[in-house]
Order: sequence, then structure tokens, then C-alpha cells
Amino acid sequence: MTDLDPRDRGGPAQPLLTVDGLVKHFAGKGGLFGKGPAVRAVDGVDFSVMKGETLGVVGESGCGKSTTARLLMQINRQDRGDIVFDGELLGSRALDLKAYRRQVQMVFQDSYASLNPRLTVEESVAFGPKAHGLSSAAALARAHDLLRRVGLEPRRFGGRYPHEVSGGQRQRVNIARALALEPRLLILDEAVSALDKSVEAQVLNLLTDLKNEFGLTYIFISHDLNVVRFMSDRVMVMYLGRVAEIGPADAILSTPRHPYTAALLASQPSTDPDARLEEAPLTGDPPNPINPPPGCRFHTRCQFAAEVCRTREPGLDPVAPAHAAACHMAVAGSGHPKAPAVPMAA
Amino acid sequence: MTVQTSLATGDPVAAVPAPEIPVQASRGYWGSVLRRLVRDPVAMAAAFVILCIVLAAIFAPLIAPMDPFKGSMVRRLRHVGDATYWLGSDELGRDMLTRLLYAGRLSLFMGVLPVVIAFFVGSGLGILAGYAGGWVNTLIMRVVDVFFAFPSVLLAIALSGALGAGILNSIVSLTVVFVPQITRVAESVTVQIRNRDYVEAARVSGANPFTVVRVQVLGNVLGPVFVYATSLISVSMILASGLSFLGLGVKPPEPEWGLMLNTLRTAIYVNPVVAALPGVMIFLTSISFNLLSDGLRSAMEVRQ
Amino acid sequence: MNAPLRTSDTATSDALIEVRDLTVDFLGGRKAVRAVGGVDFTIRAGEALALLGESGSGKSVTLRALMRLLPESRTRIGGHLRVDGHDVLTLRPKALSAYRGGTVAMIFQDPGLALDPVYRIGDQIAEAVMRHEGVSRAAGRARALELFERVHIPSPARRLDAYPHEMSGGMRQRAMIALALACRPKVLLADEPTTALDATVQIQILLLLRELQRDLGLAVIFVTHDVGVAVQVADRVAVMYGGHLVEVGASGAVVGTPAHPYTRGLLASRITPDSPKGVRLATIPGSPPDLADPPPGCPFEPRCGLVVPSCREGLPARVAVGPGHAARCVRLGEAAPS
Repeated sequence: MTDLDPRDRGGPAQPLLTVDGLVKHFAGKGGLFGKGPAVRAVDGVDFSVMKGETLGVVGESGCGKSTTARLLMQINRQDRGDIVFDGELLGSRALDLKAYRRQVQMVFQDSYASLNPRLTVEESVAFGPKAHGLSSAAALARAHDLLRRVGLEPRRFGGRYPHEVSGGQRQRVNIARALALEPRLLILDEAVSALDKSVEAQVLNLLTDLKNEFGLTYIFISHDLNVVRFMSDRVMVMYLGRVAEIGPADAILSTPRHPYTAALLASQPSTDPDARLEEAPLTGDPPNPINPPPGCRFHTRCQFAAEVCRTREPGLDPVAPAHAAACHMAVAGSGHPKAPAVPMAA
Repeated sequence: MTVQTSLATGDPVAAVPAPEIPVQASRGYWGSVLRRLVRDPVAMAAAFVILCIVLAAIFAPLIAPMDPFKGSMVRRLRHVGDATYWLGSDELGRDMLTRLLYAGRLSLFMGVLPVVIAFFVGSGLGILAGYAGGWVNTLIMRVVDVFFAFPSVLLAIALSGALGAGILNSIVSLTVVFVPQITRVAESVTVQIRNRDYVEAARVSGANPFTVVRVQVLGNVLGPVFVYATSLISVSMILASGLSFLGLGVKPPEPEWGLMLNTLRTAIYVNPVVAALPGVMIFLTSISFNLLSDGLRSAMEVRQ
Repeated sequence: MNAPLRTSDTATSDALIEVRDLTVDFLGGRKAVRAVGGVDFTIRAGEALALLGESGSGKSVTLRALMRLLPESRTRIGGHLRVDGHDVLTLRPKALSAYRGGTVAMIFQDPGLALDPVYRIGDQIAEAVMRHEGVSRAAGRARALELFERVHIPSPARRLDAYPHEMSGGMRQRAMIALALACRPKVLLADEPTTALDATVQIQILLLLRELQRDLGLAVIFVTHDVGVAVQVADRVAVMYGGHLVEVGASGAVVGTPAHPYTRGLLASRITPDSPKGVRLATIPGSPPDLADPPPGCPFEPRCGLVVPSCREGLPARVAVGPGHAARCVRLGEAAPS
């Protein structure tokens, strides 16, 4: 559904985005002098996103999903690792930062914080196109067009300030703003998490419509497994800065191969009063990414942890077609020291 | 909190209720700040006092009953309420009311101008330091720190003393005193704003830094800095008066509140009320500026 | 653990908490904002009620009114609040201070609201115990240790000497619960205490609250926006919308056979593991009402698909739709278009 895009280079078989060995450590806060130990926010992440698909990313706080989004947007620069967009390496002569950013945009979680309180809705949406050289009138016309497409009548809403519209409408404005540069990849970082449930469904429907209309590719980050399953073709589960499991959404959520994925699934509160949980699937909090445990990072909370898990870190190994898990249990004779360099392709 | 209902107001039995917001005139940020400011009686009273003083200073030649420089040796130090000298006369027999009105011109000028200059220079430096970060920030802010090592009164006196007495030199030295203070405030506000999601969203849209600063940062930084600067006006007036009092600012016989306070101090036992009048004016003006700036700050804080 | 379902809304004799026609107005703006527009409910000892609603529904305001935490100069509370024999709205400062903590304790979404960052957690709990019960510091510390064990904090003796920032999110939440329980309250008010937590930690805290409720016989009011969380923690669910309680009943009944169109819409728009993919989600159009300018009749009328003219003529009466299950809607029993 996306192969009509004139900007397409490698055809539908070439991933739109490939991330290879992404690493980002933040300098920690130390004592009075010097720096503390580094926060290993993203610690070796590989994945790819096919054209026109939605890749869901789930995980708990500290798993690195938001840092990954910020690295993809180049709000922060990675310490190591490559970002390849439609076959071109970011930073190469063929793809500089400005050209890349025009094709990759992001919607943030906090709808209020991501709009300038001093600018009207239409000014915020028109800002990007204007910065890319469109005349004020043309940028405003595009803003109006986009506001209409996200369901906000421009005559009514265009001149309003962010505090004068509701949370759901603000998030629609943010979506319009992200679309104003006609990106091919949209990163949605917890974009519906702060919305009321009755409004969340509206925005999810809108995102589905826009994806079909503009031939977009999504990276959909959320902590809500049900929403991720509903929106995504494939799902990537992250834990402590690494990928725990990646594969088709239905396979991951019906037959999870990583015990962490299974625990996440079991932790979702059910609406059936007769199916109330009597025991928590996991104990304790996610460990601190400053000092990730040796071996498998999940072994401190895993009920199946064995000796090998404490000493050797599992690689992200294929367990089924297009489905990989970083768990010694999932791979027979598990002896893979490193993740495979070539990411899974659907 | 959301801002809407779908009921068409005035027509409760409207057909199919559209789930949208009714059209409403958007007031804009500064419009709503102004509206809140107008409803603040203290700030409005302060603004009224400032307005009166400013108008009186501007139209001093028209409303002043006498010549500010012409004295009379026989009519010195008349008391307040005198038939010809309503507010008494000074140690050289000049009409106090006239001189107080004229003095407002220089005093206000020396109170406001250094702050205005420092506002532009300090905001520019602070925004540059805050947005650029890194070594630019380190350079600017460490220099600013050096100025903070001296008390502002001492710094103003030292600079004025080094440059020599005079109105221009006083203004320069006062400006130098205020630039670091405004720079520091502008820098800290800019650092906060720079990490807001909307600034990051603007940065990743590929706009160049100047555009991002102009459109996304400036409006949000200048507001708080402006409030801070208005609070400095009273400090500036008092410092300027202080410089004049010490003989480093305005020179006699030019009327200026601080200088008048200085020259009248000899009369403090003879006619304390008249001797205190310039001080009352300084107090009245500076507290009005302070109250107005407080009102402005609270009017700007409210979000909805 | 399912406690026998209390479906009494009429029998008030044994009610621990009795709320009658509670109204809360926020003053100060150009126009008073009616955040809570007449809420009634009763809770017995040992019962857990979930207040379910979206932002601006008045659920948190109701909770804060029960503890008189709303700023007195800017709010006007009307109606009748009786908790364990105290007439809450007329309590004098000294009695109010004893009531807070001693009868009713509260936990928040952000533990930072309850825990002082510059004191060790054990000292904070000991302090509260000493103040309320007039015991020695040693006894206070002992009680703190007992509470830490009660809320399952690992190596409790060592953690008593920790500062709040030295604990992880889930641990801080447990410590805040321990602090809330310090003075043996009869009622625990929980204001979205798990919303900011990760799913795997959230479920642990929910289970802890259920265990405490059962073992200590606490009455719990749990404010949440998440249907799943409400069902996990409470026997009864009260759905709030636009400052009104629109539906109340046993959690199974409210979730299984919702009566009010809002509850139905809320449940229909919820994504479940069984939601078919690629199908458009059912949605409730529009957004919640503006409390400064509320609709004249039913608060949900502007967004409701079943509107008839009488919906605009005043708040619909409370109609029983089952044992202990009631809703405020003039069109109860009619099918929703789904």
C-alpha cells in the first residue's frame, strides 16, 4: 500500500528503517565531583521496520523504549550504532540529518508540553513547513488541510491556543504537526497513553485512517499491551535496554517465548471479576539500568532462571518464522554469544 | 481540564448535538494576561501611581508653579502647606513641588533606561548561553559569576567612581550592574524551555536554530525575564539616587530625587518633612514598580 | 478472596462511610465550577469501592472532600459526609487532625506528596505513630518495622533507614501505604496509586491493597480511570461522569451488564485481548463536559446516542436495574446502538 511513494528507493522488500547495534549511555549523576556510573539506557538494540507496517514497542520504565525513539529522532545522538533509512545510512552523503528528519517525525506523550503555549494551533502546525521554505500562506494552507484531516475544523480551531482545546484535540494537533512535513515514518511515543479511554479510541481510529491515507509506517510505543497488539503488525518487547523478543504481534501475544513477555501479558488487569489475579506474575521492580545484572538481564526476576542465565547473556535468536527471543529457554543448545547482525525480516 | 461542551448555548433543544466546541473568540496569551492584570486592584493602583508620576514628569514645565532653578535666600526651608510654596521650599529657597516634578524626569530616566538596555543585552546573552549550551554557556555564565561576586551597590559605586561623575556614566555603570542579573535569569529560563517537548519537536522538524529560538523560545523566555526586569526598575532608581546622593550621578543644580535628598540632609533638623519628600517620591515610585511587577508575575503564571 | 458482595445502598445503619448529596464548587474564577454535583454512596467496613471516571469526572475531588483536603478558601463543599460517626464537614481543626490519619488515610499517585524527601522513611512513620498514639520513639520504630513487613518490603529493617529517593517506584508506593496505615485507620482512600507504575509492579500493589483490605478489615475507596484496575481491587464500582455518579453496582454487574450509556460506551471502546484487529473501535464522540458550563440535564447528554428531549430537563433520577445496581438514565433497559 505504500509503494506509490516517489521517494521510495529500494522497493517494498527493503526495510524502511534498520537499526543496528544502537547504544546510548547517559553519564550518571555522581557525588560532588565527577560523574557517576553511566545509565545504560539503550544497550545494543537491532531491529528493522518494513515499509507500511506498524512496529509496536512495549516495555516497562527503564527499558529504553523512549530513548530509542529519541535516538531515532536524533534528539539525542547514539554512542554507537547505525540508523539506515530506506537503504541509506544516516549521516552519509546520500542522507543528511535534515533530509532524514523530513521523513521521520514523532508524536510525544504529553500533548500539552509538546505544543508551544504562545502559538496558536495553526501556527504550531505551520511551523515545520515554513522552516522548510514554504511561504507563510502556503504553510498556513497546509496546516489547515492537515487540521481538517485530523478532524479539527480549521476555522474553528486554527486560531486557538493549546489550553483552549481538550487533551484529545491537542493530540490531534500534534499528529497534524508531525504530518506537516509529509514524513514516511511516524514514531508515536506513548501518544495515546495520557488520554482518557473514551478519547483514546478516537485517536487510535484516526491513526489507522491516516496510515492508510498517507501510506505511513508507524513505530508505536506504548506500555499497554492490548493497544499495541491492536495497532501493530509486529511487536518488539524491550527489557533493560535490550530487545527481549520481537515477532508478529499475534504470535508474541498468544505464544510468548520470553518469560518476561508472558509476565507482562499476565500482569494486565482483566475486567472479569472472576478472573482476578491472586498472585503477581513478577515480584519486585525492574532493575536499575545503571547496573544491569550479568548474564540474562531478566534472570533476577525470572522464575525459570538457571545457572546459564546468570553467567551468559542470551542472543536474540529465531524461535519461529520472523520471531526471535533472547532467552536460553527458547533456543535449543543455546550457545549464541551475540545477537545476529541481520535483523528479522517479515 | 477540558474546555468544551457541545451544547449550542442559548438553544438547549438544538437538534443533533455536534460533539465539538462552540466557536469562541480566542483571546491570546497576552490578552488574557492583560485581562487578569486589570482585575488585580493592587497592580492597577500601582500602575495608576506610576502613570501619574510619569505624566507629571513629562508635563512638568506646564504644571509646575515656578522655576526649578530660581531660589530666594529669604524664603528658604518653608514648611509644607505654605501659601506660595505648597510643599515648602528647599535650602536654597526653591519651590519643592516644582523641583520634585522636574526631578521625576531624571530619576525615572535613570531608573528605567539602564534596565531597558540591560534587558536587551542580558536577554540576548542569556538566551544564547541557555540555548547553545556547552562551552558558550560556560564562558558567558562564568563571566556573569564574576560580577555576582560584588554587591550591586558596591559595583555601581566603583564603576561610577572609575568612569567619573555624570548622567551618562551613571547609566553605563547601572547597566553593567543589571546585565549579569538579567543574563542569569534569561539563561535559567531558556534552559528550562529548551528541553520542553515543543522545542524538541521544532528542532527535529529541521528548522535552523535561529528560527527555533525566534518562534518557539523567545516568547516564552522574554515574559518571565520582563517581569524580573520590571522589578529591577525600583532597584535601579534607588541605586541611581544613591549615586547622585554620593555626588557620582547628577550634578547640582539639576533636580533629581537622590541628589535632592543629599542636599536637603543638612536641613533634616530644621524641616524634616520637606527633607524627607524626595525620599517619599523614591519610595512611592519604587514600591509601585515592585507591586506592578508582582501583579504582572501572578497574571502571567496562571495557565487557564 | 471475593468478599461477600455488599449490595446495600439503602441500609445506612452499619455504613462506615455515608455520603449524601455531596457537592463541591471551586470558586475564584469568573464563575464557580461545580466539580462534584451531588454524589451519594455508602460503604461498610471492610468493603472496597472503586470510583471510576475520566479526568474531570470529579472522582479525585470526591476523595479529597472526604479528607477535607481541598483548599478551604477556594472551595465550597455542600451535602453531608459522615465517616465512622464523624460529621466530616464540621470537624474542628484538632478533631480534623486526629481524623486524618486516625480514621481516614490517603495514598496518592505520586508518593512524593506523602513522603518527605529529607527524612528517613522509618522516622517519618515513627513520627506519625508517636504523634497520634503518644508512644515512645522506640515503640514508633517498632511499629514502623511491623508495617514494613506488613507491606512486604524486602529487608525491612534496612529499608527503614532509606530516604524516599533511594527506593524504586514500587517500593516507595509500599512505603507510602505503610505510612498511611501507621495510625490504624479504618478507611483507606487511594487516588490512582498505581497509575504511574509499570504493569508488573501495578498488579503487585493492587494485590497488596486487596490483602490489606481483607486482613485489616479496611474500607477502601479506590479512584481510577482503568476498568481493569477497578475490577481487580474493588467489590463495587461507582462510575462518575461530569461530576455525577452515573452508575453504581457490584463490579461484575457494572462490567458485565452495564446500564448507563456512558459505561456501555466506555467498555465498548476498551481494547481487550479479543478485540478484532483492523476493525474500527467503537468510540464515544466528543469530549467530557466543561464543568464551568455544564449541560442542563444529564451530563452525558451531549455525547449520548440515545438522547430524548427529557434528557435535557434535569439530572435523571437514580433507577435500580438490579440488586444493588443503579444508574441515572431515563432510557434504561433500551438497547444501545453498538
